[in-house]
Amino acid sequence: MASKKKSEGEKLYIVHGVQEDLRVKKKSCEDYRCAEVETDVVSNKKKTARVKLGHTDILVGVKAEMGTPKLEKPEKKKLEFFVDCSANATPEFEGRGGEELGSEIASTLNNVFSSEGTVDLKSLCINPREHCWVLYVDVLLLQCGGNLFDAISIAVKAALFNTRIPKVRVLEDEEGSKEIELSDDPYDCIRLNVDNVPCIVTLSKIGYRHVVDATLQEQACCLASLLISVTSKGTFTSMKKVGKGSLDPESIFEMMETAKKVGKSLHVALQKVLDEEESLGTSRQKVGFLG
Amino acid sequence: MAAISMRLPVARKPVGPSAPRGGEKHLVAPGDTITTDTGYMRGHGTYVEDEKLIASVAGAVERVNKLICVRALKTRYNGEVGDIVVGRITEVQQKRWKVETNSRLDSVLLLSSMNLPGGELRRRSAEDELAMRDYLQEGDLISAEVQSIFSDGAVSLHTRSLKYGKLGQGVLVQVSPSLVKRQKTHFHDLPCGASVILGNNGFIWIYPTPEQKDEEAGGFTTSVEPVPLSDREVITRLRNCIVALATQQLMLFDTSILYCYEASLPHRIKDIIKPEVMEEIVLETRQRLLHLEG
Repeated sequence: MASKKKSEGEKLYIVHGVQEDLRVKKKSCEDYRCAEVETDVVSNKKKTARVKLGHTDILVGVKAEMGTPKLEKPEKKKLEFFVDCSANATPEFEGRGGEELGSEIASTLNNVFSSEGTVDLKSLCINPREHCWVLYVDVLLLQCGGNLFDAISIAVKAALFNTRIPKVRVLEDEEGSKEIELSDDPYDCIRLNVDNVPCIVTLSKIGYRHVVDATLQEQACCLASLLISVTSKGTFTSMKKVGKGSLDPESIFEMMETAKKVGKSLHVALQKVLDEEESLGTSRQKVGFLG
Repeated sequence: MAAISMRLPVARKPVGPSAPRGGEKHLVAPGDTITTDTGYMRGHGTYVEDEKLIASVAGAVERVNKLICVRALKTRYNGEVGDIVVGRITEVQQKRWKVETNSRLDSVLLLSSMNLPGGELRRRSAEDELAMRDYLQEGDLISAEVQSIFSDGAVSLHTRSLKYGKLGQGVLVQVSPSLVKRQKTHFHDLPCGASVILGNNGFIWIYPTPEQKDEEAGGFTTSVEPVPLSDREVITRLRNCIVALATQQLMLFDTSILYCYEASLPHRIKDIIKPEVMEEIVLETRQRLLHLEG
Protein backbone atom coordinates (compact mmCIF):
# COMPACT_ATOMS: atom_id res chain seq x y z
CA MET A 1 0.00 0.00 0.00
CA ALA A 2 1.18 3.53 -0.59
CA SER A 3 3.37 4.54 2.33
CA LYS A 4 5.93 7.29 2.33
CA LYS A 5 8.98 6.67 4.42
CA LYS A 6 8.68 8.29 7.83
CA SER A 7 11.48 9.80 9.85
CA GLU A 8 12.80 8.15 13.02
CA GLY A 9 11.46 10.96 15.15
CA GLU A 10 7.91 10.60 13.84
CA LYS A 11 7.90 6.84 14.31
CA LEU A 12 9.27 7.16 17.85
CA TYR A 13 6.61 9.71 18.69
CA ILE A 14 3.81 7.47 17.41
CA VAL A 15 5.10 4.35 19.19
CA HIS A 16 5.50 6.14 22.52
CA GLY A 17 2.09 7.69 22.10
CA VAL A 18 0.45 4.33 21.60
CA GLN A 19 2.13 3.00 24.77
CA GLU A 20 0.43 5.77 26.72
CA ASP A 21 -2.92 5.27 24.96
CA LEU A 22 -2.78 8.70 23.31
CA ARG A 23 -2.72 8.45 19.55
CA VAL A 24 -2.03 11.30 17.14
CA LYS A 25 -5.70 12.20 16.73
CA LYS A 26 -6.46 11.55 20.43
CA LYS A 27 -8.31 8.34 20.12
CA SER A 28 -7.74 5.58 22.57
CA CYS A 29 -6.40 2.31 21.23
CA GLU A 30 -9.95 1.11 20.63
CA ASP A 31 -11.47 4.09 18.89
CA TYR A 32 -12.44 4.36 15.27
CA ARG A 33 -12.30 7.58 13.30
CA CYS A 34 -15.64 9.10 12.50
CA ALA A 35 -17.22 7.18 9.62
CA GLU A 36 -19.78 8.36 7.10
CA VAL A 37 -22.05 5.78 5.50
CA GLU A 38 -24.36 6.46 2.61
CA THR A 39 -26.33 4.01 0.48
CA ASP A 40 -27.79 4.28 -3.00
CA VAL A 41 -25.28 6.80 -4.28
CA VAL A 42 -25.19 5.53 -7.85
CA SER A 43 -28.47 5.48 -9.70
CA ASN A 44 -28.20 2.17 -11.46
CA LYS A 45 -29.55 -1.34 -11.16
CA LYS A 46 -26.84 -1.96 -8.59
CA LYS A 47 -27.47 -1.43 -4.93
CA THR A 48 -24.58 0.67 -3.73
CA ALA A 49 -23.06 1.91 -0.51
CA ARG A 50 -20.29 4.40 0.11
CA VAL A 51 -18.20 4.58 3.27
CA LYS A 52 -15.76 7.34 4.24
CA LEU A 53 -13.56 6.46 7.21
CA GLY A 54 -11.18 9.39 7.72
CA HIS A 55 -9.36 9.65 4.38
CA THR A 56 -10.36 6.17 3.21
CA ASP A 57 -13.16 6.21 0.63
CA ILE A 58 -14.82 2.97 -0.55
CA LEU A 59 -17.70 2.41 -2.96
CA VAL A 60 -19.44 -1.00 -3.09
CA GLY A 61 -22.08 -2.14 -5.55
CA VAL A 62 -24.11 -5.38 -5.41
CA LYS A 63 -25.77 -6.92 -8.43
CA ALA A 64 -27.98 -10.01 -8.46
CA GLU A 65 -27.97 -12.25 -11.52
CA MET A 66 -29.31 -15.69 -12.25
CA GLY A 67 -26.91 -18.53 -12.47
CA THR A 68 -26.47 -22.23 -11.96
CA PRO A 69 -25.30 -23.46 -8.58
CA LYS A 70 -22.08 -25.35 -7.95
CA LEU A 71 -22.26 -29.11 -8.12
CA GLU A 72 -21.04 -29.72 -4.59
CA LYS A 73 -23.52 -27.28 -3.04
CA PRO A 74 -26.72 -27.83 -4.97
CA GLU A 75 -28.90 -25.72 -2.72
CA LYS A 76 -26.53 -22.87 -2.20
CA LYS A 77 -24.39 -20.44 -4.16
CA LYS A 78 -21.84 -18.11 -2.74
CA LEU A 79 -21.10 -14.42 -3.37
CA GLU A 80 -18.58 -13.35 -5.98
CA PHE A 81 -16.23 -10.52 -5.05
CA PHE A 82 -14.28 -8.26 -7.35
CA VAL A 83 -12.07 -5.44 -6.08
CA ASP A 84 -10.84 -2.59 -8.25
CA CYS A 85 -8.11 -0.31 -6.88
CA SER A 86 -8.68 2.93 -8.75
CA ALA A 87 -5.69 5.02 -9.78
CA ASN A 88 -7.47 7.92 -8.06
CA ALA A 89 -6.29 6.56 -4.74
CA THR A 90 -2.57 6.67 -5.47
CA PRO A 91 -0.46 6.81 -8.67
CA GLU A 92 0.97 3.38 -7.78
CA PHE A 93 -2.37 1.83 -8.76
CA GLU A 94 -2.05 3.03 -12.33
CA GLY A 95 -2.45 0.32 -14.95
CA ARG A 96 -1.94 -3.05 -13.32
CA GLY A 97 -0.33 -1.74 -10.16
CA GLY A 98 -3.41 -2.24 -8.03
CA GLU A 99 -4.07 -5.81 -9.13
CA GLU A 100 -2.06 -7.46 -6.37
CA LEU A 101 -3.76 -5.54 -3.63
CA GLY A 102 -7.14 -6.07 -5.28
CA SER A 103 -6.79 -9.82 -5.46
CA GLU A 104 -5.56 -9.93 -1.85
CA ILE A 105 -8.63 -8.05 -0.66
CA ALA A 106 -10.95 -10.22 -2.80
CA SER A 107 -9.52 -13.45 -1.41
CA THR A 108 -9.80 -12.10 2.16
CA LEU A 109 -13.46 -11.24 1.58
CA ASN A 110 -14.06 -14.69 0.11
CA ASN A 111 -12.58 -16.21 3.26
CA VAL A 112 -14.70 -14.02 5.49
CA PHE A 113 -17.93 -14.98 3.78
CA SER A 114 -17.07 -18.62 3.20
CA SER A 115 -18.30 -19.93 6.52
CA GLU A 116 -21.83 -21.19 6.93
CA GLY A 117 -24.52 -18.82 8.03
CA THR A 118 -22.98 -15.50 7.09
CA VAL A 119 -25.46 -14.86 4.35
CA ASP A 120 -28.73 -16.71 4.15
CA LEU A 121 -27.90 -18.57 0.96
CA LYS A 122 -31.13 -20.57 0.95
CA SER A 123 -33.09 -17.41 0.23
CA LEU A 124 -31.02 -17.02 -2.94
CA CYS A 125 -32.14 -20.38 -4.26
CA ILE A 126 -34.86 -20.37 -6.95
CA ASN A 127 -34.83 -23.94 -8.13
CA PRO A 128 -32.68 -26.52 -6.34
CA ARG A 129 -29.81 -27.71 -8.53
CA GLU A 130 -30.92 -25.64 -11.52
CA HIS A 131 -31.29 -21.95 -10.88
CA CYS A 132 -30.21 -19.62 -8.16
CA TRP A 133 -29.30 -16.01 -7.59
CA VAL A 134 -25.66 -15.07 -7.72
CA LEU A 135 -24.64 -11.88 -5.95
CA TYR A 136 -21.77 -10.04 -7.61
CA VAL A 137 -20.18 -7.62 -5.17
CA ASP A 138 -17.91 -4.98 -6.74
CA VAL A 139 -15.64 -2.92 -4.52
CA LEU A 140 -14.03 0.30 -5.75
CA LEU A 141 -11.18 1.90 -3.78
CA LEU A 142 -11.33 5.65 -4.27
CA GLN A 143 -8.92 6.83 -1.63
CA CYS A 144 -6.48 5.04 0.68
CA GLY A 145 -6.17 6.52 4.12
CA GLY A 146 -5.27 3.47 6.16
CA ASN A 147 -7.51 0.68 7.44
CA LEU A 148 -8.87 -0.51 4.11
CA PHE A 149 -10.30 -3.85 5.18
CA ASP A 150 -12.53 -2.47 7.91
CA ALA A 151 -14.00 0.20 5.66
CA ILE A 152 -14.58 -2.33 2.86
CA SER A 153 -16.39 -4.77 5.14
CA ILE A 154 -18.61 -1.99 6.54
CA ALA A 155 -19.47 -0.90 2.99
CA VAL A 156 -20.21 -4.50 1.91
CA LYS A 157 -22.58 -4.96 4.83
CA ALA A 158 -24.32 -1.66 4.07
CA ALA A 159 -24.68 -2.58 0.39
CA LEU A 160 -26.06 -6.05 1.19
CA PHE A 161 -28.53 -4.46 3.61
CA ASN A 162 -29.69 -2.28 0.73
CA THR A 163 -29.97 -5.16 -1.79
CA ARG A 164 -33.40 -6.13 -2.96
CA ILE A 165 -33.86 -9.29 -5.03
CA PRO A 166 -37.00 -9.53 -7.14
CA LYS A 167 -39.43 -12.33 -6.41
CA VAL A 168 -39.63 -14.98 -9.10
CA ARG A 169 -41.99 -17.87 -9.69
CA VAL A 170 -41.12 -21.07 -11.44
CA LEU A 171 -43.77 -22.34 -13.84
CA GLU A 172 -43.64 -25.84 -15.15
CA ASP A 173 -45.45 -26.71 -18.32
CA GLU A 174 -46.48 -30.10 -19.77
CA GLU A 175 -43.18 -31.08 -21.42
CA GLY A 176 -41.31 -30.57 -18.18
CA SER A 177 -39.40 -27.41 -19.22
CA LYS A 178 -39.42 -24.77 -16.60
CA GLU A 179 -40.12 -21.10 -17.12
CA ILE A 180 -39.14 -18.39 -14.72
CA GLU A 181 -41.57 -15.54 -14.31
CA LEU A 182 -40.63 -12.21 -12.81
CA SER A 183 -43.37 -10.42 -10.93
CA ASP A 184 -44.59 -7.21 -12.58
CA ASP A 185 -44.46 -5.05 -9.51
CA PRO A 186 -40.96 -3.48 -9.25
CA TYR A 187 -41.27 -3.13 -5.51
CA ASP A 188 -42.14 -6.77 -4.93
CA CYS A 189 -38.84 -8.10 -3.74
CA ILE A 190 -37.13 -9.93 -0.94
CA ARG A 191 -34.42 -8.43 1.21
CA LEU A 192 -31.36 -10.19 2.46
CA ASN A 193 -30.95 -10.91 6.12
CA VAL A 194 -27.69 -9.25 7.09
CA ASP A 195 -27.77 -10.02 10.81
CA ASN A 196 -24.94 -12.50 10.49
CA VAL A 197 -22.84 -10.61 7.95
CA PRO A 198 -19.41 -10.15 9.55
CA CYS A 199 -17.27 -7.02 9.69
CA ILE A 200 -13.50 -7.08 9.61
CA VAL A 201 -11.62 -5.52 12.52
CA THR A 202 -7.95 -4.80 11.87
CA LEU A 203 -5.69 -4.80 14.92
CA SER A 204 -2.18 -3.47 14.37
CA LYS A 205 0.63 -4.19 16.79
CA ILE A 206 2.63 -1.03 17.57
CA GLY A 207 5.28 -1.38 20.23
CA TYR A 208 3.75 -3.39 23.08
CA ARG A 209 0.12 -2.50 22.45
CA HIS A 210 -2.31 -3.02 19.64
CA VAL A 211 -4.53 -0.40 18.06
CA VAL A 212 -7.73 -0.50 16.09
CA ASP A 213 -8.22 1.61 12.94
CA ALA A 214 -4.61 2.49 12.17
CA THR A 215 -3.96 5.55 10.01
CA LEU A 216 -1.30 5.54 7.29
CA GLN A 217 1.33 6.91 9.69
CA GLU A 218 0.52 4.28 12.31
CA GLN A 219 0.64 1.56 9.66
CA ALA A 220 4.20 2.63 8.83
CA CYS A 221 5.21 1.92 12.45
CA CYS A 222 3.40 -1.40 12.73
CA LEU A 223 5.19 -4.68 12.01
CA ALA A 224 2.33 -7.12 12.29
CA SER A 225 -1.46 -6.91 12.21
CA LEU A 226 -4.36 -9.26 12.61
CA LEU A 227 -7.52 -9.12 10.47
CA ILE A 228 -10.41 -10.69 12.36
CA SER A 229 -13.95 -10.85 10.99
CA VAL A 230 -16.61 -10.68 13.68
CA THR A 231 -20.38 -11.02 13.39
CA SER A 232 -22.80 -8.95 15.43
CA LYS A 233 -23.11 -11.77 17.97
CA GLY A 234 -19.37 -11.85 18.53
CA THR A 235 -18.52 -15.04 16.64
CA PHE A 236 -15.39 -15.07 14.51
CA THR A 237 -15.63 -16.24 10.92
CA SER A 238 -12.04 -15.82 9.81
CA MET A 239 -8.66 -14.61 11.00
CA LYS A 240 -5.63 -13.57 8.99
CA LYS A 241 -2.22 -12.29 9.98
CA VAL A 242 -0.41 -9.77 7.77
CA GLY A 243 2.96 -8.13 8.08
CA LYS A 244 6.54 -9.31 8.41
CA GLY A 245 6.70 -9.17 12.21
CA SER A 246 5.78 -11.97 14.57
CA LEU A 247 3.00 -12.13 17.13
CA ASP A 248 3.12 -13.77 20.54
CA PRO A 249 0.25 -16.19 21.29
CA GLU A 250 -0.56 -14.13 24.41
CA SER A 251 -0.98 -10.99 22.38
CA ILE A 252 -3.10 -12.87 19.84
CA PHE A 253 -5.53 -13.81 22.62
CA GLU A 254 -5.66 -10.21 23.80
CA MET A 255 -6.26 -8.99 20.27
CA MET A 256 -9.07 -11.48 19.81
CA GLU A 257 -10.79 -10.23 22.97
CA THR A 258 -10.47 -6.63 21.78
CA ALA A 259 -11.78 -7.60 18.34
CA LYS A 260 -14.87 -9.18 19.87
CA LYS A 261 -15.63 -6.10 21.95
CA VAL A 262 -14.94 -3.62 19.16
CA GLY A 263 -16.74 -5.73 16.55
CA LYS A 264 -19.95 -5.84 18.54
CA SER A 265 -20.06 -2.06 19.01
CA LEU A 266 -19.19 -1.59 15.33
CA HIS A 267 -22.21 -3.64 14.29
CA VAL A 268 -24.48 -1.78 16.69
CA ALA A 269 -23.34 1.62 15.39
CA LEU A 270 -23.65 0.55 11.73
CA GLN A 271 -27.11 -0.93 12.21
CA LYS A 272 -28.26 2.26 13.88
CA VAL A 273 -27.10 4.40 10.95
CA LEU A 274 -28.63 2.06 8.37
CA ASP A 275 -31.95 2.01 10.20
CA GLU A 276 -31.88 5.80 10.52
CA GLU A 277 -31.21 6.15 6.80
CA GLU A 278 -34.04 3.81 5.93
CA SER A 279 -36.49 5.55 8.22
CA LEU A 280 -35.78 8.83 6.43
CA GLY A 281 -36.81 7.14 3.19
CA THR A 282 -37.20 9.41 0.17
CA SER A 283 -36.98 12.56 2.25
CA ARG A 284 -33.27 11.95 2.78
CA GLN A 285 -31.11 14.53 1.05
CA LYS A 286 -28.71 12.63 -1.22
CA VAL A 287 -25.18 13.91 -0.81
CA GLY A 288 -23.29 11.63 -3.19
CA PHE A 289 -19.89 12.68 -4.45
CA LEU A 290 -20.40 16.39 -4.96
CA GLY A 291 -21.67 17.24 -1.50
CA MET B 1 -14.32 1.67 26.15
CA ALA B 2 -14.63 1.52 22.38
CA ALA B 3 -16.26 4.58 20.87
CA ILE B 4 -17.40 4.18 17.31
CA SER B 5 -19.40 6.98 15.77
CA MET B 6 -21.04 6.50 12.43
CA ARG B 7 -23.18 9.04 10.77
CA LEU B 8 -24.96 9.89 7.55
CA PRO B 9 -23.09 12.41 5.42
CA VAL B 10 -24.36 15.96 5.35
CA ALA B 11 -23.84 18.30 2.43
CA ARG B 12 -21.08 20.80 3.08
CA LYS B 13 -22.47 24.23 3.76
CA PRO B 14 -20.90 26.91 1.57
CA VAL B 15 -18.63 28.99 3.79
CA GLY B 16 -20.17 32.47 3.83
CA PRO B 17 -17.92 35.31 2.71
CA SER B 18 -16.36 37.00 5.71
CA ALA B 19 -16.63 40.79 5.92
CA PRO B 20 -14.73 42.16 2.91
CA ARG B 21 -11.72 44.11 3.99
CA GLY B 22 -10.52 46.60 1.41
CA GLY B 23 -12.94 45.80 -1.39
CA GLU B 24 -14.31 42.69 -3.02
CA LYS B 25 -11.89 40.21 -4.48
CA HIS B 26 -12.38 39.44 -8.11
CA LEU B 27 -12.54 35.65 -8.24
CA VAL B 28 -12.24 33.86 -11.57
CA ALA B 29 -12.38 30.31 -12.84
CA PRO B 30 -10.33 28.90 -15.76
CA GLY B 31 -11.79 30.28 -18.97
CA ASP B 32 -13.33 33.39 -17.43
CA THR B 33 -12.64 36.65 -19.21
CA ILE B 34 -10.81 39.08 -16.96
CA THR B 35 -10.89 42.10 -19.24
CA THR B 36 -11.23 43.01 -22.89
CA ASP B 37 -8.98 46.06 -22.54
CA THR B 38 -5.78 45.41 -24.53
CA GLY B 39 -3.70 47.93 -22.58
CA TYR B 40 -2.78 45.45 -19.83
CA MET B 41 0.25 43.20 -19.64
CA ARG B 42 -0.51 39.58 -18.90
CA GLY B 43 1.12 37.96 -15.88
CA HIS B 44 1.02 34.46 -14.38
CA GLY B 45 -2.22 32.57 -14.69
CA THR B 46 -3.55 34.41 -17.75
CA TYR B 47 -3.45 34.10 -21.52
CA VAL B 48 -4.70 36.10 -24.48
CA GLU B 49 -7.27 34.80 -26.94
CA ASP B 50 -9.24 36.88 -29.45
CA GLU B 51 -7.97 40.10 -27.87
CA LYS B 52 -9.43 39.07 -24.51
CA LEU B 53 -7.47 38.37 -21.36
CA ILE B 54 -8.60 34.99 -20.01
CA ALA B 55 -7.72 33.29 -16.73
CA SER B 56 -6.08 29.87 -16.87
CA VAL B 57 -6.29 29.04 -13.15
CA ALA B 58 -8.97 29.43 -10.50
CA GLY B 59 -8.17 32.19 -8.08
CA ALA B 60 -8.16 35.90 -7.31
CA VAL B 61 -7.14 38.57 -9.83
CA GLU B 62 -4.32 40.84 -8.76
CA ARG B 63 -3.51 44.04 -10.55
CA VAL B 64 -0.32 46.04 -10.15
CA ASN B 65 -0.49 49.14 -12.40
CA LYS B 66 -0.60 47.60 -15.86
CA LEU B 67 0.19 44.02 -14.92
CA ILE B 68 -2.69 41.58 -14.34
CA CYS B 69 -2.08 38.17 -12.87
CA VAL B 70 -4.22 35.51 -11.27
CA ARG B 71 -3.07 34.00 -8.00
CA ALA B 72 -4.38 30.46 -7.69
CA LEU B 73 -5.97 29.43 -4.41
CA LYS B 74 -5.17 25.72 -4.58
CA THR B 75 -1.73 25.25 -6.00
CA ARG B 76 1.58 23.56 -5.40
CA TYR B 77 4.19 25.47 -3.49
CA ASN B 78 5.99 28.14 -5.58
CA GLY B 79 9.30 28.88 -3.91
CA GLU B 80 10.51 32.37 -3.20
CA VAL B 81 13.91 33.34 -1.85
CA GLY B 82 13.85 33.64 1.91
CA ASP B 83 10.91 31.30 2.60
CA ILE B 84 11.10 28.78 5.40
CA VAL B 85 10.15 25.28 4.33
CA VAL B 86 9.77 21.92 6.05
CA GLY B 87 10.67 19.08 3.72
CA ARG B 88 11.18 15.34 3.61
CA ILE B 89 14.32 13.78 2.10
CA THR B 90 13.43 11.56 -0.86
CA GLU B 91 16.84 10.78 -2.37
CA VAL B 92 20.49 10.91 -1.44
CA GLN B 93 22.58 11.79 -4.50
CA GLN B 94 26.19 12.78 -5.10
CA LYS B 95 26.89 15.98 -3.16
CA ARG B 96 23.20 16.78 -2.67
CA TRP B 97 19.88 15.62 -1.26
CA LYS B 98 16.49 15.76 -2.99
CA VAL B 99 13.81 17.13 -0.72
CA GLU B 100 10.08 16.86 -1.20
CA THR B 101 8.38 20.16 -0.43
CA ASN B 102 4.97 19.86 -2.14
CA SER B 103 6.18 21.81 -5.19
CA ARG B 104 6.23 20.85 -8.86
CA LEU B 105 9.81 19.64 -8.73
CA ASP B 106 11.77 18.16 -5.87
CA SER B 107 13.85 20.76 -4.07
CA VAL B 108 17.59 20.43 -3.81
CA LEU B 109 19.75 20.66 -0.70
CA LEU B 110 23.41 20.86 -1.66
CA LEU B 111 26.03 19.37 0.64
CA SER B 112 27.81 22.70 0.67
CA SER B 113 24.63 24.41 1.93
CA MET B 114 24.38 22.15 4.93
CA ASN B 115 25.80 22.76 8.37
CA LEU B 116 28.34 20.20 9.49
CA PRO B 117 27.96 18.91 13.04
CA GLY B 118 30.03 21.00 15.37
CA GLY B 119 29.42 24.10 13.29
CA GLU B 120 32.74 23.89 11.45
CA LEU B 121 33.25 25.88 8.32
CA ARG B 122 35.46 24.01 5.91
CA ARG B 123 35.52 22.74 2.36
CA ARG B 124 33.50 19.59 1.91
CA SER B 125 35.76 16.64 1.20
CA ALA B 126 35.25 13.22 -0.29
CA GLU B 127 34.75 11.76 3.20
CA ASP B 128 31.88 14.18 3.76
CA GLU B 129 30.31 12.99 0.54
CA LEU B 130 30.54 9.37 1.60
CA ALA B 131 29.12 10.18 5.02
CA MET B 132 26.08 12.02 3.66
CA ARG B 133 23.74 9.24 4.63
CA ASP B 134 24.85 9.52 8.24
CA TYR B 135 23.58 13.08 8.33
CA LEU B 136 20.30 12.77 6.46
CA GLN B 137 18.54 9.66 5.18
CA GLU B 138 15.46 9.05 3.05
CA GLY B 139 12.37 9.83 5.09
CA ASP B 140 14.01 12.39 7.40
CA LEU B 141 12.32 15.74 7.96
CA ILE B 142 14.28 18.97 7.81
CA SER B 143 13.58 22.66 8.19
CA ALA B 144 15.44 24.87 5.74
CA GLU B 145 15.38 28.22 4.01
CA VAL B 146 15.14 28.85 0.28
CA GLN B 147 18.48 30.09 -1.02
CA SER B 148 17.76 30.46 -4.74
CA ILE B 149 15.51 29.21 -7.51
CA PHE B 150 16.76 27.41 -10.60
CA SER B 151 15.55 28.41 -14.03
CA ASP B 152 13.15 25.44 -14.22
CA GLY B 153 11.47 26.44 -10.98
CA ALA B 154 13.23 23.97 -8.69
CA VAL B 155 14.13 25.42 -5.34
CA SER B 156 17.59 25.27 -3.75
CA LEU B 157 17.59 25.08 0.04
CA HIS B 158 20.14 25.79 2.71
CA THR B 159 20.37 25.03 6.43
CA ARG B 160 23.13 27.51 7.10
CA SER B 161 21.90 28.52 10.53
CA LEU B 162 21.66 26.62 13.77
CA LYS B 163 17.91 26.98 13.91
CA TYR B 164 17.48 24.86 10.77
CA GLY B 165 18.34 21.21 10.46
CA LYS B 166 16.91 17.74 11.03
CA LEU B 167 13.65 17.58 12.97
CA GLY B 168 13.18 15.16 15.85
CA GLN B 169 10.03 13.92 17.50
CA GLY B 170 6.79 15.59 16.61
CA VAL B 171 3.80 15.62 14.30
CA LEU B 172 3.59 16.81 10.70
CA VAL B 173 0.40 18.37 9.31
CA GLN B 174 0.00 19.03 5.59
CA VAL B 175 -2.18 21.91 4.46
CA SER B 176 -2.43 23.96 1.27
CA PRO B 177 0.49 26.41 0.85
CA SER B 178 -1.85 29.33 0.20
CA LEU B 179 -3.17 29.10 3.76
CA VAL B 180 0.15 29.88 5.46
CA LYS B 181 0.51 33.60 6.05
CA ARG B 182 3.84 35.24 5.23
CA GLN B 183 5.32 36.61 8.42
CA LYS B 184 8.62 37.80 9.85
CA THR B 185 9.23 34.57 11.70
CA HIS B 186 7.84 31.11 11.17
CA PHE B 187 9.26 29.45 14.28
CA HIS B 188 6.83 29.97 17.14
CA ASP B 189 6.98 28.83 20.76
CA LEU B 190 3.31 28.85 21.68
CA PRO B 191 2.43 29.67 25.29
CA CYS B 192 0.24 26.57 25.52
CA GLY B 193 3.32 24.38 25.81
CA ALA B 194 4.38 23.29 22.32
CA SER B 195 6.35 24.79 19.45
CA VAL B 196 5.35 25.00 15.83
CA ILE B 197 7.17 25.62 12.54
CA LEU B 198 4.87 27.02 9.85
CA GLY B 199 6.52 26.07 6.58
CA ASN B 200 5.57 28.25 3.62
CA ASN B 201 5.08 25.10 1.57
CA GLY B 202 2.16 24.00 3.72
CA PHE B 203 4.06 21.50 5.89
CA ILE B 204 3.51 22.38 9.53
CA TRP B 205 5.66 20.75 12.17
CA ILE B 206 4.43 20.60 15.77
CA TYR B 207 6.95 19.50 18.37
CA PRO B 208 7.50 19.70 22.14
CA THR B 209 9.39 22.83 23.21
CA PRO B 210 13.01 21.88 23.92
CA GLU B 211 14.18 22.87 27.41
CA GLN B 212 17.71 23.93 26.65
CA LYS B 213 17.95 26.63 24.05
CA ASP B 214 21.56 26.06 22.98
CA GLU B 215 21.84 23.83 19.94
CA GLU B 216 25.31 22.33 20.05
CA ALA B 217 25.01 19.85 17.24
CA GLY B 218 22.78 21.87 14.94
CA GLY B 219 20.00 19.39 15.43
CA PHE B 220 21.50 16.18 14.11
CA THR B 221 20.87 13.84 16.99
CA THR B 222 17.24 12.88 17.56
CA SER B 223 16.33 12.70 21.23
CA VAL B 224 14.96 9.25 22.00
CA GLU B 225 13.35 10.18 25.29
CA PRO B 226 9.60 9.74 25.32
CA VAL B 227 7.65 12.97 25.27
CA PRO B 228 5.63 13.52 28.49
CA LEU B 229 1.88 12.94 28.35
CA SER B 230 0.91 16.55 29.03
CA ASP B 231 2.99 17.77 26.09
CA ARG B 232 1.49 15.06 23.92
CA GLU B 233 -2.03 16.23 24.68
CA VAL B 234 -1.14 19.80 23.78
CA ILE B 235 0.45 18.66 20.51
CA THR B 236 -2.54 16.50 19.59
CA ARG B 237 -4.97 19.30 20.36
CA LEU B 238 -2.90 21.72 18.25
CA ARG B 239 -2.84 19.26 15.41
CA ASN B 240 -6.60 18.91 15.42
CA CYS B 241 -7.02 22.70 15.63
CA ILE B 242 -4.77 23.23 12.62
CA VAL B 243 -6.69 20.62 10.65
CA ALA B 244 -9.94 22.37 11.62
CA LEU B 245 -8.62 25.78 10.51
CA ALA B 246 -7.34 24.35 7.21
CA THR B 247 -10.67 22.61 6.49
CA GLN B 248 -12.51 25.89 7.04
CA GLN B 249 -9.99 27.77 4.88
CA LEU B 250 -8.75 30.19 7.52
CA MET B 251 -5.24 31.69 7.20
CA LEU B 252 -2.71 30.02 9.51
CA PHE B 253 -0.45 32.13 11.65
CA ASP B 254 0.52 32.04 15.30
CA THR B 255 -2.36 34.18 16.54
CA SER B 256 -5.07 32.27 14.69
CA ILE B 257 -3.68 28.93 15.89
CA LEU B 258 -3.52 30.19 19.46
CA TYR B 259 -7.08 31.55 19.40
CA CYS B 260 -8.31 28.28 17.91
CA TYR B 261 -6.52 26.34 20.64
CA GLU B 262 -8.15 28.45 23.34
CA ALA B 263 -11.57 28.10 21.71
CA SER B 264 -11.18 24.33 21.60
CA LEU B 265 -10.31 23.89 25.29
CA PRO B 266 -13.90 23.19 26.46
CA HIS B 267 -14.17 20.29 23.98
CA ARG B 268 -12.53 16.88 24.11
CA ILE B 269 -9.57 16.52 21.76
CA LYS B 270 -11.20 13.85 19.61
CA ASP B 271 -14.35 15.93 19.18
CA ILE B 272 -12.52 18.82 17.50
CA ILE B 273 -12.46 17.09 14.12
CA LYS B 274 -16.20 16.48 14.11
CA PRO B 275 -17.81 18.82 11.56
CA GLU B 276 -20.21 20.62 13.96
CA VAL B 277 -17.59 21.26 16.62
CA MET B 278 -15.09 22.34 13.97
CA GLU B 279 -17.47 24.99 12.62
CA GLU B 280 -18.19 26.33 16.08
CA ILE B 281 -14.55 26.64 17.07
CA VAL B 282 -13.50 28.26 13.79
CA LEU B 283 -16.38 30.72 13.97
CA GLU B 284 -15.26 31.82 17.42
CA THR B 285 -11.67 32.16 16.17
CA ARG B 286 -12.82 34.23 13.21
CA GLN B 287 -14.75 36.57 15.46
CA ARG B 288 -11.83 37.08 17.80
CA LEU B 289 -9.54 37.83 14.86
CA LEU B 290 -11.97 40.39 13.44
CA HIS B 291 -12.22 41.95 16.88
CA LEU B 292 -8.45 42.13 17.03
CA GLU B 293 -8.25 43.95 13.72
CA GLY B 294 -10.85 46.61 14.11
